[in-house]
Amino acid sequence: MRAAARIVAEADRSGVTRLAVLRGESPLLLRRTGPRDTTSATVHLVGGAAGPLRGDDLLLEIEVGPGAHLEIRSVAATLLLPGRPAPPSLLTVRATVAGSLRWLPEPAIAAAGCDHHASTAVEVADGGSLLWRDDLVCGRHDEPSGSVRSDVTIRYAGRTLYRHRLTVGPDAPGWSGAAVLGNARATGSAVLAGPGLPVPHLPAEGAAVMALAGPGVLATATGADIREVQAALDPFCAAMPAPV
Amino acid sequence: MSLATLLVLADGRLPAGGHAHSGGFEAAVSAGRVRDLAGLDGFLRGRLHTSGVVAAAFTAAACAAGLEAGSPQPPDPRALLHPTDLHAGSPQPTAPRPIDPRPTAPRPADPWDVFRRRIAELDDGMDARTPSPALRRASRAQGRALLRAGRAMWPVPAAGREPHHPVALGVVAAAAGLDPLAAATAAAHGTVTGPASAAVRLLGLDPYTVQGLIAALAPECDRIAAASAGTANDPVDELPADGAPLLDIGAEHHASWEVRLFAS
Repeated sequence: MRAAARIVAEADRSGVTRLAVLRGESPLLLRRTGPRDTTSATVHLVGGAAGPLRGDDLLLEIEVGPGAHLEIRSVAATLLLPGRPAPPSLLTVRATVAGSLRWLPEPAIAAAGCDHHASTAVEVADGGSLLWRDDLVCGRHDEPSGSVRSDVTIRYAGRTLYRHRLTVGPDAPGWSGAAVLGNARATGSAVLAGPGLPVPHLPAEGAAVMALAGPGVLATATGADIREVQAALDPFCAAMPAPV
Repeated sequence: MSLATLLVLADGRLPAGGHAHSGGFEAAVSAGRVRDLAGLDGFLRGRLHTSGVVAAAFTAAACAAGLEAGSPQPPDPRALLHPTDLHAGSPQPTAPRPIDPRPTAPRPADPWDVFRRRIAELDDGMDARTPSPALRRASRAQGRALLRAGRAMWPVPAAGREPHHPVALGVVAAAAGLDPLAAATAAAHGTVTGPASAAVRLLGLDPYTVQGLIAALAPECDRIAAASAGTANDPVDELPADGAPLLDIGAEHHASWEVRLFAS
């Protein structure tokens, strides 16, 4: 299944964020939620089909103009499934941000046998702000993890701020060793970029909030289950509230 | 390329401060994530396929940049006897340039300018791949120590005061006349030997069995080095970026301790 979706958020003269484009197709369906005519807009991703499954090729493009504030959530966790023998499922997300973007989807769950590649590229203009959260659960209850490769590139003011790849599952040597995830079966990260960054700290044994070399902070957490990860990351994400 | 020179660079006894770092192993032991040989094996495998892959790729790229800029000169024994000369900076091309017959044509780029730009980009690329400030400090401290050791052996060009360790390793390897494949092999191998020797001290593991783990990973190191040599001229954003969440988290917790055996 191939699908593309696109969101363009723009601020009008009165500072209200309008969605100039909100276009999706199954399984990448988009719904505007929350109040209208405010300085920020919220969009929910609604899964329009099972998966992603092997062979799927999904593209989401996001554009946030100067002065616009966009928050993207999802209505439920994404279950990455095996499907028929086929190339890996692909999810490509490309975003350009001049205003502010908060990406706060529910976790992805790597079901046994899945083979999924996620690729994220975010370009934030100088003065823009970004909160980018990604949570991953390695296998459903009591099953081995499928294969997931997640690539993230976040650039700020024309420079690469954060470049990261996480690979888990049977094709990733040592991923369940103590250097990568150890016994943890859930992990999450949140990158905050732009002005007004929080102070680095250590919220839990398996978590840390770290100052990046550039204008950004990374909160990263691991846990036996997703609740431990959420306990460490949710307060961090809540500390950067959406402008109203 | 001289195999003996590669052995000199990859020698664990090279006075470049590597012995002071456990590669995240001390933090992993303290958090109870590693207790035995099987735990060490998983740690080494994960570290090799994340930090090791990145270190090898950036070492190969820095080495290629060094070779591209100019062939290294054999060390001048007189310079080695006068250590003040060793920090003189990059060897500049001394031959006079032929006058360009077309005054309007753009001058060819100075190879050392190209080198410095690429090295700075690679160093930024390591910053972007190292979210933990403690690991950035550890990498730069080891890079600086390695440059110092390298300058005592070969004519190492200026590469910033405190470059990330893989960048320094590549620059020193090029100055030693090694190729990107050899440099990347030393980098990959180095990411497992550090934690392995720390494991012998921290967990009292049998050194013979630990050495067996390192030997078993040698073919993986070779494969990673070969891939790194193939990407040595790629744009920095496209170089490997494999990360290890627990190495980052562990390093931050480790840095907050008041007493520790290893620097990282």
